[in-house]
Amino acid sequence: MTFTQMFTSSVGKKLIMGFTGIFLVLFLVVHAGLNACIWAMDGGVMFNRAGHFMGSNVVPRILEVGLFFFIFLHIIQGYMLTLQNRSKRAIGYAVNYTKGSKWYSRSMAVLGTILLMFFVLHWKHFWVPSRITGVEEVTLPNGLQVHNLYAVMQSTFQDIWVVVFYVIACMSLGYHLAHGFQSAFKTIGVHNKRYHAMISTIGYGFAILIPLAFAMMPISFYLHWVN
Amino acid sequence: MLDSKIPAGKLEEKWVDYKGHCKLVNPANKRKMEVIIVGTGLAGASAAAAMGELGYKVKAFCFQDSPRRAHSIAAQGGINAAKNYQNDGDSVFRLFYDTIKGGDYRAREANVHRLAEVSANIIDQCVAQGVPFAREYGGLLSNRSFGGTQVQRTFYAAGQTGQQLLIGAYQALERQVALGNVTMYSRHEMLDVVKIDGKAKGIIARNLITGELEKHFGHAVLLCTGGYGNVFYLSTNAMGSNVTAAWKAHKQGAYFANPCFTQIHPTCIPVSGDHQSKLTLMSESLRNDGRIWVPKTKGEPRKSIDIPEEERDYYLERRYPAFGNLVPRDVASRAAKERCDAGYGVGTSKQAVYLDFAAAIERYGKIEVSKQGLKDVTAEHIIAMGKEVVKEKYGNLFDMYAKITGENPYEVPMRIYPAVHYTMGGLWVDYELQTNVQGLYALGEANFSDHGANRLGASALMQGLADGYFVAPYTVGNNLADEIYNAAIPTTHPAFEAAAKAVADRIASLKNINGKQSVESFHKRLGKIIWDKCGMARNKEGLTQAIAEVQALKKEFWSDVRVPGEINEYNPELDKANRVADFIELGELMCIDALNREESCGGHFREEYQTPEGEALRDDENFMYVAAWENKGDHEWQLHKEELKYDVIKPSQRNYK
Amino acid sequence: MAHNNLNLKLKVWRQKNANTTGAFVKYDVNDISDEMSFLEMLDVLNEKLIVTGEEPIAFDHDCREGICGMCSLYIDGKPHGPWQANTTCQLHMRAFKDGDTITIEPWRSNAFPIVKDLTVDRGAFDRIIQAGGYISVNTGNAVDGNSLPIEKAKADASFAAAMCIGCGACVAACKNSSAMLFLSAKVSHLALLPQGEPERKSRVLNMVAQMDKEGFGSCTNTGACEAACPKEISIANIARLNKEYLGASLTAE
Repeated sequence: MTFTQMFTSSVGKKLIMGFTGIFLVLFLVVHAGLNACIWAMDGGVMFNRAGHFMGSNVVPRILEVGLFFFIFLHIIQGYMLTLQNRSKRAIGYAVNYTKGSKWYSRSMAVLGTILLMFFVLHWKHFWVPSRITGVEEVTLPNGLQVHNLYAVMQSTFQDIWVVVFYVIACMSLGYHLAHGFQSAFKTIGVHNKRYHAMISTIGYGFAILIPLAFAMMPISFYLHWVN
Repeated sequence: MLDSKIPAGKLEEKWVDYKGHCKLVNPANKRKMEVIIVGTGLAGASAAAAMGELGYKVKAFCFQDSPRRAHSIAAQGGINAAKNYQNDGDSVFRLFYDTIKGGDYRAREANVHRLAEVSANIIDQCVAQGVPFAREYGGLLSNRSFGGTQVQRTFYAAGQTGQQLLIGAYQALERQVALGNVTMYSRHEMLDVVKIDGKAKGIIARNLITGELEKHFGHAVLLCTGGYGNVFYLSTNAMGSNVTAAWKAHKQGAYFANPCFTQIHPTCIPVSGDHQSKLTLMSESLRNDGRIWVPKTKGEPRKSIDIPEEERDYYLERRYPAFGNLVPRDVASRAAKERCDAGYGVGTSKQAVYLDFAAAIERYGKIEVSKQGLKDVTAEHIIAMGKEVVKEKYGNLFDMYAKITGENPYEVPMRIYPAVHYTMGGLWVDYELQTNVQGLYALGEANFSDHGANRLGASALMQGLADGYFVAPYTVGNNLADEIYNAAIPTTHPAFEAAAKAVADRIASLKNINGKQSVESFHKRLGKIIWDKCGMARNKEGLTQAIAEVQALKKEFWSDVRVPGEINEYNPELDKANRVADFIELGELMCIDALNREESCGGHFREEYQTPEGEALRDDENFMYVAAWENKGDHEWQLHKEELKYDVIKPSQRNYK
Repeated sequence: MAHNNLNLKLKVWRQKNANTTGAFVKYDVNDISDEMSFLEMLDVLNEKLIVTGEEPIAFDHDCREGICGMCSLYIDGKPHGPWQANTTCQLHMRAFKDGDTITIEPWRSNAFPIVKDLTVDRGAFDRIIQAGGYISVNTGNAVDGNSLPIEKAKADASFAAAMCIGCGACVAACKNSSAMLFLSAKVSHLALLPQGEPERKSRVLNMVAQMDKEGFGSCTNTGACEAACPKEISIANIARLNKEYLGASLTAE
């Protein structure tokens, strides 16, 4: 059996979704953790320092490449699976079976599409200026010149529509995670009842806390809870 | 007198001796030998797998969409085997003895002994295949006890033993399909046996999807097509279970033996109305804990739970104090019928008796109280705990009852009534399971050989697998060894053409009747005649009437049945019409056989022949024989007798008092 | 018990054969006792159709006691109808109210082509079993049944998976037409037993390959299969299958 055969089977395709999904979950932890620095109430010093570390250190830069690769793999594989799965039932039902499963578990592609649209905007807001077009610099108390991403956030989140869209995206992320988190672990083979119960609980907690933290960021800036 | 070709020698050495001396076919020749197997239940699937493993070219047929659906799958209780794992004195001889006695001394000693001998191999084989039998905490196989025995020899997989055994055999069959040794024809129905020079050489099968008639050659034809309980219309059999394959064989010269031996199971959910299409069995195991009763007053208007204890008649405990609620199936069934006929029946139809778990619930509740060392427990609490125990033991059966009746059996007694369950009669076969037509075999419920006039619980699965895995591969091979000189016959042979044409003509004539009544309505009427007059109790007058009524029904069927749809398409109504036409003919023969057998034994109860206490009265002097009927044309049969010789066991009156 | 009679409207999928297109046809059925089973209600309708010269509705059924797996029917948006842990043949008319309209559809999946009306071809399941759903042991080779003790918990778990009746409700319920619950039940049944060990790896790889060839979709763990399964086969079996597959494919030559 070759790796191609392994990863192109119906189970293998799901393994790709599961493994990339778990990687992205880990990324979310890092991302949320770093961004939480905005609540340090120090005018963005800690946040900008963290941002500088991520942008200048070689390890995060390499991981960033991996991150992009996995995000696109997750997105492309997700769309392809959705299309393939849909094609397996040429004639649909007059009455759909909705009681046996949660709506969000059946709507991963829609939720994912909202997230993709969000990514485009999100990259335009932060990643593109930071990496390509340039961001105004600021001097940290220790004398280091860094990108003032804090200021970028501050100005970006003054637009109510941006904030609304970010919040909607976070809700989508929450539902995407509510199914995706535990589903990923099932896909990679966690079947033991005890562990599965544990993962489900952690998954739901994660699906609430992480998107909530992200959603609070634009809201915090918009409502001037931080400045 | 018929020759059953029983090998000489001592009973316990016959099978060993046979295997040691039977002819063999060498592997190269096996590849050239084609074997047709019709039906894929326990007997058919196991035979197809075993013959495929040996290297024969097997063609297997079933009318269902998959071989896994055959009705063996519905068997609940278990499978007997003389393993003596419980150290309670079981042995091959004891299983043999219990089966002969349970069959009311109307089975063949040599066959039954062989069955008992191979029973242990069946369990080993099934375990090796991955059948998940129930196990004890130590990891070893678990046993339970069943009616008619004093040892624990029944192996089981919860209430789905038949399902698990069939899936084991089905998997073995599919493995042979994958290896190319077996070709599977599902949704195919055998509609005739093709005979050339007096030997069975193939079949005509209808592809049920396209309606096309197919001709298949085989050096041997094995019929593993189950029983004919659906002649009663209402039975615990599957809707598709039918006698057609066996009946076609009968019409081609194979004798039909003991057709009147049918088993009526005492614990089934009663009929609720005219719409009823089938009956559902509640496992025999329920009689371990349930108490059966009817009110002491005729036409009692009160609800079951309002009837006080002293006004209840626990009639089995009253009539059979020694065995009580655990008397054999035939005895329990007749007793229920007697009470209902006398006007004590319950429910809207008055054709039911109560199976009550209240006492068991209370008993188990009290056991729990003492186990847990509780004090000052309320009566409600005891009942609640008892219900939990009963739920653990019988939960799935109680759920099934609730689904069907809409009543909660934990609160009110279940209503039960006997229903047709199994047919001991079938195609006559010799020791080699070969019918009197050379090259034509019958295995499992389709033959008559092992259960006499009454089958014990958990023995049907044993027989199906014994025949398929361990008997047929030897006995069929013994005869195929002589066939190696005969090349396969092309299906363009005139005999095949003629058979196919006859089948096509019959289908066309069925279709062209274009009458006014549906097939189903004829089947219902047939069932009513047979149930009323050839059911749990029979008498000369009723049987004579029934024969005339069935003959008239046949005439009406062939002049007024309506078969919708086309011949060359998927047409379940046409399939049914073919089957019901055969059931009608069989119904007549059943009544003739029942009329001929002027004694009562096992499931066959002639009202004229009973003891003063109303028990079955056997007549060993005149009827210790197998009645094998040869078809001689329309409404005509000739009786051939096979004398039953009991060399080892001495027949006696069964007594359960 | 008091019994009610129901008057109902049915919307039934009718299709002559695999090569024609089908459509819903409406029927009225009256005076249906609520004690009837769902299939008996269809029997009543079919009897009426036959005597009025119309073609009866074709649907698969056999044992009518919930074990053979032959009956199908997607009733009012759920395989096997509204009751939980139940097959169509065990569904009774008590589940419906007078005046209800009931929509009856066949199992829908490209892997289950329609034969006629509500009857579909589930031969794909047999072919998946042929790909490895067995233990390769010839008749007559077995050692004594008790020579291999099996932990009770494992034997019970194996049995719980082996209870699958192969009806295909999991495929019908799944938005992806995935057969993973069926396949995982079979793989789990055999993988949990020591007898299944020698072929454990090749079995899961070959059976998954065959499932893909038959045209079933991928599992997305929505749980619809488990909710529709008449035998309540656990979705944990799917996770076990994934583990088996991952292990087998990583260690395969």
